[in-house]
Amino acid sequence: MTGFRTLLYKEVLRFWKVSFQTVGAPVLTALLYLMIFSHVLEAHVQVHGVPYTAFLIPGLVMMSALQNAFANSSSSLIQSKVTGSVVFVLLPPISYVEFFLAYVSAAILRGLLVGTGVLLLTMVFAVPALVAPLWAMAFIVLGGAIMGALGMVAGIWADKFDQLAGFQNFLIMPLTMLSGVFYSIHSLPEFWQQVSRFNPVFYMIDGFRFGFFGVSDVPPEVSLAVIATSFLLVSAATLALLRSGYKLRS
Amino acid sequence: MRIAVAIDRVEKRFGSLLALAGVSLQIAEGEFFGLLGPNGAGKTTLISCLAGLSRPNAGKLTIMGHDVRSEYRAARRLLGVVPQELVFDPFFSVRETLRIQSGYFGMRHNDDWIDEILANLDLTAKANANMRSLSGGMKRRVLVAQALVHKPPVIVLDEPTAGVDVELRQGLWQFVQRLNRDGHTVILTTHYLEEAEALCGRIAMLKQGRVVALDTTRNLLARFSGQTLSLRLAGLAPIPQTLRAGATESEGTWTFHLGSLAEIEPLLATLREAGCAIDDLRLTQTDLEDVFLGVMQDNGNRQEGQRP
Repeated sequence: MTGFRTLLYKEVLRFWKVSFQTVGAPVLTALLYLMIFSHVLEAHVQVHGVPYTAFLIPGLVMMSALQNAFANSSSSLIQSKVTGSVVFVLLPPISYVEFFLAYVSAAILRGLLVGTGVLLLTMVFAVPALVAPLWAMAFIVLGGAIMGALGMVAGIWADKFDQLAGFQNFLIMPLTMLSGVFYSIHSLPEFWQQVSRFNPVFYMIDGFRFGFFGVSDVPPEVSLAVIATSFLLVSAATLALLRSGYKLRS
Repeated sequence: MRIAVAIDRVEKRFGSLLALAGVSLQIAEGEFFGLLGPNGAGKTTLISCLAGLSRPNAGKLTIMGHDVRSEYRAARRLLGVVPQELVFDPFFSVRETLRIQSGYFGMRHNDDWIDEILANLDLTAKANANMRSLSGGMKRRVLVAQALVHKPPVIVLDEPTAGVDVELRQGLWQFVQRLNRDGHTVILTTHYLEEAEALCGRIAMLKQGRVVALDTTRNLLARFSGQTLSLRLAGLAPIPQTLRAGATESEGTWTFHLGSLAEIEPLLATLREAGCAIDDLRLTQTDLEDVFLGVMQDNGNRQEGQRP
């Protein structure tokens, strides 16, 4: 297991050394969202009986955590592929399962760190309740794992930075932005409510928010089942890709 | 003698390109083995297959008896590879890089050995410098250090001296020779043939994915044995007709290939009798470059028409 531990340590050290960009920047972005939206909407909107600013905070925490979990594994892989330093992790006796676990764990950790940062800073504006912390924890860890694994797929598949940016801008961003971070899907027209139900990120956000307020658009058990299944599917695909050596071992 | 590396009928295709067309080699423990060939001959592909970076389409490779696919953990632990490209991880210092690399191979608390490698590669002063700040030569030395952190008995160096200055090259070779004397098996690919001639006990020459020559360096040199005599006559006069057979001329300099030194005396006597005055005369020993060119040409002629 020393191989796994070292790879995890290296992945964490990698983002920690540039934490200004990898943790500080996303926390600032989330803070800006909160300031703007709460300024405009706080006086007018309540969701599930919760003031808008407080409602928004868990969504922003989760969105930032998910996006950064994806960014961590994908950018690490594409960088080491483009610079060629990926050989350093391909030459040692590290199994593809250890490889998977190390990258996904580092992605979860970065997600948790960014999420915690967003939560602490946004609490200046409103303190959301936290009625079921274990539910919240389960959702942020599983969500981070799914995004970390998706990031691995994207990082392995992309040959260039702009391909990765395409993946990020046209898949991850819409999925996270249109997942109910800023609204309850019950406020949407029926058609868009149905569309949202095909977005796994919706269940991550909704379940995570349940951990704070004890209310949600769908029952948390359903959300947990959906994202646990998503995690198993994405993991199986990522592991199959790693096992085949696709784009890593010619 | 135990076999350190066994390569058995290895084939590797990239699309329609046959990069390795059934390569078989056995390298004994403690050998200093050279892998030569022109660009695109398959040297790096062969090394990649050995290191698990590439997967062959057919054939088998073992390191100290361990299959590189089915027993990859054991095989990779026994192998240290210095890659051809000058790659580095810009996030870390030299020491961090080496500690992390040790951990990948399951070694913790490896600092004593890391310090020793750093000292031997003259990197001690740079131990805490970020990789980005190092010169090309320094980065190359860190690559060598990275390949050695887990004390592998088999070391592969893929063109380690490309673009490296003379001083560093000398230092690097002394270090690698010492490792070889200490019992490490060394496999080297290089474009500098004088380097291979000086260092390697045995050499395989690759061309278009095939082994076209495989022998001890001494035997290879002997195969093309003999000397070359080059001379120029005063006033660029032509040489007597009787000597022209077997001689080649270029810009007034005539070159004779001699089977032995005894052939010099009759040649000079003929010139003297013909009244020729010698302006310049040089005798050179066959070197690996002649052998290399000979083998490559020879093989090119023989294989012409056989390949699609």
